Amino acid sequence: MSHAPVSSAAERPESGKPRRLALPVFHPDFLSEAHAASADAGLHDALDNSVTKKDYGRRDSLAELPDADGLRELAGRIKRHTLDHLDYYLELLEKNVLAAGGQVHFAHDNAEANRIVIDIARRTDSRLVVKSKSMVSEETQLNEALTEAGIEPLETDLGEFILQVDHDHPTHLVMPVIHKRAADIGRVFEKYFKAPFTEDPQTLAEMARVYLRKRFNEADMGVSGVNFAIAETGSIVLCTNEGNGRMCTSRPRIHVAIMGMEKVIPAWEDLPVFLKLLARSASGQALTQYTNIITGPRRGGERDGPEEFHLIIMDNGRSRILTGEYRDTLRCIRCGACLNACPIYRKVGGRSYGSVYPGPIGSLLTPLFNGLESHKHLPMASSLCGACFEACPVKINIPEMLITMRKDLVETGVVSGPERLIFRIWSWTLTRKWSYRAGQIFQRLVLRRLRKPDGWITHMPGPASGWTEVRDFPAPPRHDFRSRYAQYRRDNSHPADRRESERVKNA
Amino acid sequence: MKVSLFVTCLTDLFAPDVGMAVVKTLEHFGCSVDFPASQTCCGQPAFNNGFHADARELARRMIRVFENSDYIVTPSGSCCAMIRDHYVHLMQPDAAWEQKAAEFAARTYEYVEFLTKVLKVDLSKLSLPQEKTFTYHYTCHLRGLETTGDPCINLLKQIRNARFVPLEKAEQCCGFGGTFAVKYSDISRAMVMDKVNCGNKTGAQEMIVNDGGCAMNIGGACHRNGATFIPRHVALVIAEAIEHAAAAANSEKIAPGEQYSGGAS
Repeated sequence: MSHAPVSSAAERPESGKPRRLALPVFHPDFLSEAHAASADAGLHDALDNSVTKKDYGRRDSLAELPDADGLRELAGRIKRHTLDHLDYYLELLEKNVLAAGGQVHFAHDNAEANRIVIDIARRTDSRLVVKSKSMVSEETQLNEALTEAGIEPLETDLGEFILQVDHDHPTHLVMPVIHKRAADIGRVFEKYFKAPFTEDPQTLAEMARVYLRKRFNEADMGVSGVNFAIAETGSIVLCTNEGNGRMCTSRPRIHVAIMGMEKVIPAWEDLPVFLKLLARSASGQALTQYTNIITGPRRGGERDGPEEFHLIIMDNGRSRILTGEYRDTLRCIRCGACLNACPIYRKVGGRSYGSVYPGPIGSLLTPLFNGLESHKHLPMASSLCGACFEACPVKINIPEMLITMRKDLVETGVVSGPERLIFRIWSWTLTRKWSYRAGQIFQRLVLRRLRKPDGWITHMPGPASGWTEVRDFPAPPRHDFRSRYAQYRRDNSHPADRRESERVKNA
Repeated sequence: MKVSLFVTCLTDLFAPDVGMAVVKTLEHFGCSVDFPASQTCCGQPAFNNGFHADARELARRMIRVFENSDYIVTPSGSCCAMIRDHYVHLMQPDAAWEQKAAEFAARTYEYVEFLTKVLKVDLSKLSLPQEKTFTYHYTCHLRGLETTGDPCINLLKQIRNARFVPLEKAEQCCGFGGTFAVKYSDISRAMVMDKVNCGNKTGAQEMIVNDGGCAMNIGGACHRNGATFIPRHVALVIAEAIEHAAAAANSEKIAPGEQYSGGAS
C-alpha cells in the first residue's frame, strides 16, 4: 500500500480554471461554526434527544443479536474483501445489471455523474425528477445541476424535502434535518404552502405527504441512491423508512440509481449481514420500514416498474483513497452510528463539519476528498475517545486514522513551526531522566507560583490559556510521586525484602 | 507477584496520592511493587498530535525501561491504551521492535484491569468509614482494553458502605483528550460541563475515574463552576477502604495483614 500523504492530487488546482471540489463545502470555517454551536444549549438538548437516544437505541437493538460483535467483524471482513477485489466485483455488477436489462454508467467525478443524469433526462424528455434520499447525490449537488439544466428536481424524503424548500443542507447522514426543530419546520411550510403555522409533526408530515403524492404521479424520472449493490445478481438495495424510495423507483418511467463505487457487495448471501446491522446501527430498528431489492427495469408481463433502469457508479476520488492507507474509510455504509455516538458531534452539530459528510467519518472523508489543507481542523478536533470505532458496524478504526491524518498534517508541513518546535523540545526533554526531572521541577515551581490560595490556577499562560478559559488548573503538590515513593521506601522497607528477611529468620 | 508501576508523567507531577494509593493497594494484595525510576512518558501527546518520530523514540525508551518487568501496571487508562493499541503499529516496519512492543503490550495492564483479571481481588471484606455514594465515569481509553466501566463498578460495589448510583451518559467523553482541551476549548467546555451536570444530577459524592486526565479536567470544571461531587481516582477509594480496614483491625487487636490479606494468591 502506498503511503502518500492525504493532501496530494486533490490539493492542486489544474492550470487556471477554478477547481470543482469533490465534496461541496457549505461552511468552510470550522472554528467559528464550532464556537457558535458549542455554546448553543438548545442545540445540545435537541441533539441529545435525537442522536444520543439513537445511540442507546443502537446498543439495545444490537444486544438482541446473539453475537453482534461477530457480525460486525464479518461485515467488516466482507467489505475489506470487496475493496481488495473492487475491480472484479464492479465488473461482475455491471455484467449482471446489463443481463437484467439495466444500463450501467461509470462516472469519473461528481460533474460527470450529474451530466449522465441530465443526458438521460433530456433523452427521455423528463421534466420532473423525484428523488429519494441519497448522500451521493448530495456529493454531486445533483439538484443544483438539474435546476440549471431546466429540469425540476424534487426531494421526496421528508427531511430532504424540508431542506430543499428551505435552501438548506443536511447535517446528518440519516436524519438530514436534525438541526431543525418542529417550529422551524412549521415556519418553512407556512411560507412554502402558504398554510397556517403549525408545529405539530403529524400535521406537517401530512402536508408534505399530500403534496408529494400528487407530484409522484407527475414525475418522469426517479433518482435514488444505493445502500447496497449485489454484484452476483445485479440488484440494488434501498433501505428507507418513508416509502418514498419505493414510489421514486416504481412510479416514474425512468429510474436512475447513483452509487459510490464502494457500495458493491459480492453476493446475495452477504446482504442479510448488512441488513441486520444497518438499521440497528442507524436508528435502533431491526430493519428499516421498507427494504427494496431492485433488479433491472420492468420486465415483459410486469405491471409496475420503470421502463429504463440506469445505474451510475461514481468514483469521485474513491479510487485514489482505495490505493492509500485510508482504504478502510470506503467500508462505510453511511449508517450515521459514529455521528450518534460522537461527543463532539453532539456539541457542534453537523453544520460545523462544513461538507455533506459530517461527524467522525466526515472528519476523515472531507479531507480525503478535498485535501487536508483546507480542512486541517477536522482530524484535530477530536478527543480520540473511540466511541465512533465502538459504534461502527463495519469496524472502521476512525480514531486511528484520525491520528494517521494528524501525522500527515505534520509531514506535509501544515502544522506550524512553533508547534513542531514545542514537541521537539518536549520529546527531547522526556528521553532523558535528568531533563524529565528538571522539567517536572520547573513546571512545579512555575505552576505553584501561579496558584491562588486555594491551590488552583485560574489563568494559565501562553498556549495553555485555552485550559483556563474553561476550567481551573490544579497546581502540583509540593512533592511529586517519585519523591513520595522514595520516602515511602525509606520509611517502610520493601515488603518483599521484609518477607525475605522473615524467611531467613525462620529458616 | 512482581509488579512494576508505570505512574505516568501526569500522575507523577499532579496526583502523587494516586500513585501512592496504587503502590499501597497492590502491596496490600500481596504484590511486590517496584518503580523503575528512569521512566518518563509513554509518548501519547506526541503520537496523538502526529509527531510519530518523537513518539517512537519515547516508546522505545519505555520498552527498554520496563524490559525486566513481569507486569507493568498503570493508573491511567489512556497511557495504557497508548501502549496496548498503538506501540506495535508505531514500530512498523521494524520487526524486532514490533516484537518487543507486542511483548511489552501483553505485560501492561490498567490498574483496575490488573486487580480484576490478574489478581482477581475480592473487596467484600473491606468497608468505608461511612456510607458514601459514588458514580462512575467510563474512561474512554478503556474501550479498547476490554475492561470498560462495569468491572470497576462491580469492584467498588463489593466494598461495604460504597453505594453506586448510575451516571447519565456515563460513556460520553469528558472533553479532555490531551491537547484537545486546550486547542478546542469551546467544544471541550460543552463536553465537560455536560459531564459535570450529569454528575450533579446523580447526587453522588464522588465520581470515580481511572485516568488522571479525566480527573484533572472534570475536577477543574467542578472547581470553576461548583459541583456537588468531586472526581476521584478509583485507587484512592480502594486505599481508603484498606486503611479503614487496617485501622479497624488494629483497634480490635488483630494483627494487620491477617484479617484482610485480600484475594490475591
